[in-house]
Amino acid sequence: MDFSLSPEHEMIKKMVRDFAQKEIAPVIKEYDRKQEPIPFTLKRMGELGILGLPFPVRYGGQGMDYLAWGLACEELEAMDTHLRVVMSVHTGLCGMTLFQWGTEEQKQKFLVPLAKGEKIGCGAFTEPGMGSDVAAMRTSAKRDGDYYILNGEKMWISLASKADLALVTVKTDSSSPKPSSALSSFIVDLHSDGVKTGEIHGKLGVRAGSTGWISFTDVKVPVENRLGEEGEGFKITMSAFDHGRYTVASGATGIIRACLEASVKYAKTRTTFGKPISEHQLIQEKIAKMSQDYEIARLLYYQVGWLKNQGKRCTRETSFAKKFATEASFNAANEAIQIHGAYGFSDEYDVERYLRNSKGAMIYEGSSEIQTLIQAGYALGERADKPLRCEAPAYDEAFWQGE
Amino acid sequence: MKLATTNNSRRLTLKIIACIKQVPDSEAKVKAEGGQVTWGDAPLVINPFDEYAVEGALLTKEAVGGTVTALCIGPESAKEALKHALAMGADEAILVSDPALENIDTVAAARVLAAAIKKIGDADMVMFGRQTLDNGSGLTAAQTARVLGLPMLGWVGQIKVQDGSVIVDRVVEEGRVTVSAKLPAVLSVVQSIGEPRYPSFMGIRKASKANIPVWTLSDLGIEAPAAVVTRIELMNPPVRETVVEMITGETPEAIAETLADKILREKVL
Repeated sequence: MDFSLSPEHEMIKKMVRDFAQKEIAPVIKEYDRKQEPIPFTLKRMGELGILGLPFPVRYGGQGMDYLAWGLACEELEAMDTHLRVVMSVHTGLCGMTLFQWGTEEQKQKFLVPLAKGEKIGCGAFTEPGMGSDVAAMRTSAKRDGDYYILNGEKMWISLASKADLALVTVKTDSSSPKPSSALSSFIVDLHSDGVKTGEIHGKLGVRAGSTGWISFTDVKVPVENRLGEEGEGFKITMSAFDHGRYTVASGATGIIRACLEASVKYAKTRTTFGKPISEHQLIQEKIAKMSQDYEIARLLYYQVGWLKNQGKRCTRETSFAKKFATEASFNAANEAIQIHGAYGFSDEYDVERYLRNSKGAMIYEGSSEIQTLIQAGYALGERADKPLRCEAPAYDEAFWQGE
Repeated sequence: MKLATTNNSRRLTLKIIACIKQVPDSEAKVKAEGGQVTWGDAPLVINPFDEYAVEGALLTKEAVGGTVTALCIGPESAKEALKHALAMGADEAILVSDPALENIDTVAAARVLAAAIKKIGDADMVMFGRQTLDNGSGLTAAQTARVLGLPMLGWVGQIKVQDGSVIVDRVVEEGRVTVSAKLPAVLSVVQSIGEPRYPSFMGIRKASKANIPVWTLSDLGIEAPAAVVTRIELMNPPVRETVVEMITGETPEAIAETLADKILREKVL
């Protein structure tokens, strides 16, 4: 067993960290305060190849492995959550699911521009009245010749108003007794007639990110834009979450690290009762916990990256990583504020932003409660992974890096 | 310098050498311990000033065609700095490493670099950063030029190659000076050249697989150059006692007045 990162992985980490430090750090406070997306984030991430990092070169990507994707997410979210969210929805929910389930024609048509950053993608699953309860989905698609006609509304969609394409899961069979077979997934051009998008304001966190809604009114979607077969939407959505949750887990690990670094720095310089607060045992306890959690979260997502590289299903391990890292990041941010005292309560320091940003990830892409049920299901033997028609491919360096 | 024909236009193919160094990260706390400089376990990185040299070399290559070779003196670990240059887009990298080069001064470094540059052969342009982050003397570029017998253009912010010459804008305190020199020449590059590019992912892949040749002094056919400057003593700066006093007052004006009085009384101004 080898826990070390390759020189390539180390260089990727440094490159992504340098980008975040040089270009995002100087402006993040301003945009977070204004509750506005940083206008150049997507363009720069595209230009630098970050958006297409884990896709094969032949599909417009950078040919890096799944672990590199997680490492990039850690670095991005150590700066700010909105950067990692892009990797979750554009690269994960949309791009990686397309890569897993798409036909060669669909990959050429949709994945290539996504991987190159020429187009932006998102994943649209949640609705105003539905989150974890997928069976309650109301957005529908009806077949009409060579098209499907989509109607309904999706909500809490990251990049909704910035994206060109969305992977949308809708109900195609309202009479199906089995909710899981009633759903189908489509690649929808968000510039189509009948599509409207908007931003949601007043969020607790991820304020420099774009979160919104998409409404579909008689939107014509060509049959060739259906991902997978009719009725495979539930499986496709769960695959999307496997990818998305991996990025959420690795990103949340970045928050824990950021909290740890900020706390160590502050604790060594802030003095109370005649000595740096780092010498007080109650402060040390908090820092030790963050340090321990960072290590656990890191190892959990490294494991998922490794499993993905092997082409093994890892819904269970991804659930462990996602739940642990997101909850630990919230706790780390909470304690980081405590260590910073009154200053931590002010946006003069970053730790209050870390706390606000960390909360969302305990809710989206399968809340902590859903993760608990998934984990219990596996532990009790009530849940098992059945083979999928399209499994996520194992990382094959020659294939990924070949032209 | 060779002429190549590309797309019906005649392009130069310059051989550019970017000299780089590995230094402690800029956030490292450098201190003296037992007469030696130490930066603890701070990470080692490519000298940030040398990234501008690599950027200048790559921009020149892109403008007129050619190759960029990154050259570094250092221990085995300095390969990481060279890999950074490769990942930015350098075509090849060479490390000069020898136990006899552990504590060399800038004159010795210049002699070793000059020998390596001669061994590479046919260099048209040799680029340096304006200084290193650790020693910071900024002398090595000029000394290398002297050893090689080449013109030295320092503090370069813009580079143009034309008719076998290099025309540069030197960024000086008073403004900019445009000068030219026949190639080959040695340049030291400043920040005005433009922000160094990030390593590309393709570059990272190439760099991580690169087999970087290591040349010893015997490969260069030279003896370890004797240091001209010897460090006799190394001391940390005296610790300054600082006292923080919070100035309070009823109004901002009252606080400002008290502060101004104190500044004048303490003869700060």
